[in-house]
Amino acid sequence: MQFGIFTVSDVTTDPTTGRTPDDTERVRNILTIARHADEAGLDVFATGEHHNPPFVASSPTTMLGYLAGVTKNITLSTATTLITTNDPVRIAEEYAMLQVISDGRMDLMLGRGNTGPVYPWFGQDIRQGLPLAVENYALVRRLWEEEVVDWSGKFRTPLQGFTSTPRPLDGVPPFVWHGSIRTPEIAEQAAFYGDGFLHNAIFWPMSHTKQMVRYYRQRYEHHGHGRADQAIVGLGGQVFIRKDAQKARDEFRPYFDNAPVYGHGPSMEDFTRETPLTVGSPQQVIDRYGKFREEVGDYQRQLFLIDHAGLPLKTVLEQIDLLAEEVVPVLRREAESARPAHVPANPPTHAERVAAARAAGQVHTQTVAAGDHWTGKTAEDDLEAAQAATPAARPGAAFGL
Amino acid sequence: MSDRRLVVISAGLSQPSSTRLLADRLTEATAAELAARGHTAQVEVVELRDLAHAVVDATLTGFPTGALADAIAAITAADGIIAVTPIYTASYSGLFKSFVDILDKDALAGVPVLLGATGGTPRHSLAIDFALRPLFGYLHADVTGTSVFAATDDWADAGGDQTNPLPERIRRAGRELAETVADREPSAPVGLYDAVPSFEQLLGGA
Repeated sequence: MQFGIFTVSDVTTDPTTGRTPDDTERVRNILTIARHADEAGLDVFATGEHHNPPFVASSPTTMLGYLAGVTKNITLSTATTLITTNDPVRIAEEYAMLQVISDGRMDLMLGRGNTGPVYPWFGQDIRQGLPLAVENYALVRRLWEEEVVDWSGKFRTPLQGFTSTPRPLDGVPPFVWHGSIRTPEIAEQAAFYGDGFLHNAIFWPMSHTKQMVRYYRQRYEHHGHGRADQAIVGLGGQVFIRKDAQKARDEFRPYFDNAPVYGHGPSMEDFTRETPLTVGSPQQVIDRYGKFREEVGDYQRQLFLIDHAGLPLKTVLEQIDLLAEEVVPVLRREAESARPAHVPANPPTHAERVAAARAAGQVHTQTVAAGDHWTGKTAEDDLEAAQAATPAARPGAAFGL
Repeated sequence: MSDRRLVVISAGLSQPSSTRLLADRLTEATAAELAARGHTAQVEVVELRDLAHAVVDATLTGFPTGALADAIAAITAADGIIAVTPIYTASYSGLFKSFVDILDKDALAGVPVLLGATGGTPRHSLAIDFALRPLFGYLHADVTGTSVFAATDDWADAGGDQTNPLPERIRRAGRELAETVADREPSAPVGLYDAVPSFEQLLGGA
């Protein structure tokens, strides 16, 4: 089982000191946090994508591309990449690039996004969120799986003879997760493709999480990807740990009470009871998170949010150490001893996906290299080249000019 | 003979509350009329005063907890709803509105609703029509033609409306709600997973 951390990249004032980091500091802190997670032996680092203050993670592939170069083992992922407001062509290109650069040490999680104005900022309509997610992802997959794509849809300009580059590493696209809080259609989408499903439960009672995961598992089996208990499931959670439980509660309380997402509402105790938030000793975190398996079945990935609410960098790095040294080894051991043999321990690695593709008879070819008519000095050169190119000579380049 | 589930929402704040009193009278009238049509009313009362903190928490966190979650589940499964609020500052109370705000936007669609309100003076009588009806119209609720406003004077024998006294208006409103509820099959609550299109359909619609 994989254990990792994810950041939503919020810039939040530390309520105990009144100090607010600037964007530059926060970005660098996130990089430090990710590197530390790798050194500490955690399995996953994932970053959100936001286009509005107080969040800074607007460009996940830039961040993850750098991290691919400076980390050794950790899987780099997103939480989530906006499938609705990003151009699916750019998603296909950027994440294939990240896959090549990281040598397959990545996956990505798609989500629709929860910030209304982001849609119009990127020329979309939030009321079309679901159809956008469906059409855009279907196109991303085609761009990865087919070398030359002719496509038309509702939400972007058509493509004729388009090839997304770089081609996926070894001809096998990255593994994809779909994140959704309460939209069964997204669980259905994940199940349809045999992709992973992550329920970010940080604001939800387990009763709800359990139902969403169960639905995804049933549909995964329905669509013929394996048994329900073999579906690839991830959960989001959040913890604050000190060796002494009372110290943990005392230290985290001001952060909880003032956090933009839950401050000035329910008490920390109420919120802890209703959501995965666990504030206490390593053993308390182990007890709580060890039970989630009984609720959602054996699952493959647990992500923790630990760098939110204005916690200072030093504290976050200590949290990583406590997780990696005191909590994760025990949870991993428990999960492994309880896991039936036919259930995957982890989400599929790139190497496993390549092996599966070869076993299924997919041969890695790359035959798209052709005469380059497309780097003329001016747009007019390209137009002439386009007119000169005959469809017979250039498969896929069908311009009816 | 079959059961019909009535959920009564009362937003009164004092103990005892005239809002709750009106809600109870409307409930009795509706239950009596349902019984006359061969149906037993299963009544559940939601006192918003008891849920006030949970309502604010849900507004901030985005999910209801405990008794509030139970109340919302009951409303989602109701065959008929009686909603009564005090009129504060010319409109429904803030607590009443906050509670309605956290309901799912489809929770009341097509559900028969009887609206009631209380106030200190009959000069607030139209508050139901200019404040509550538009709210429930937006939620696509099936609001009965008669709603009941009870001013302080209406509770007195000598005061209030001599031509159309409160008990008469309560009976009429109860009858209208009972007729609407009795005409329909008991509702099965719609779950989150009950009508999810298959992905082939989703792709087709893309």
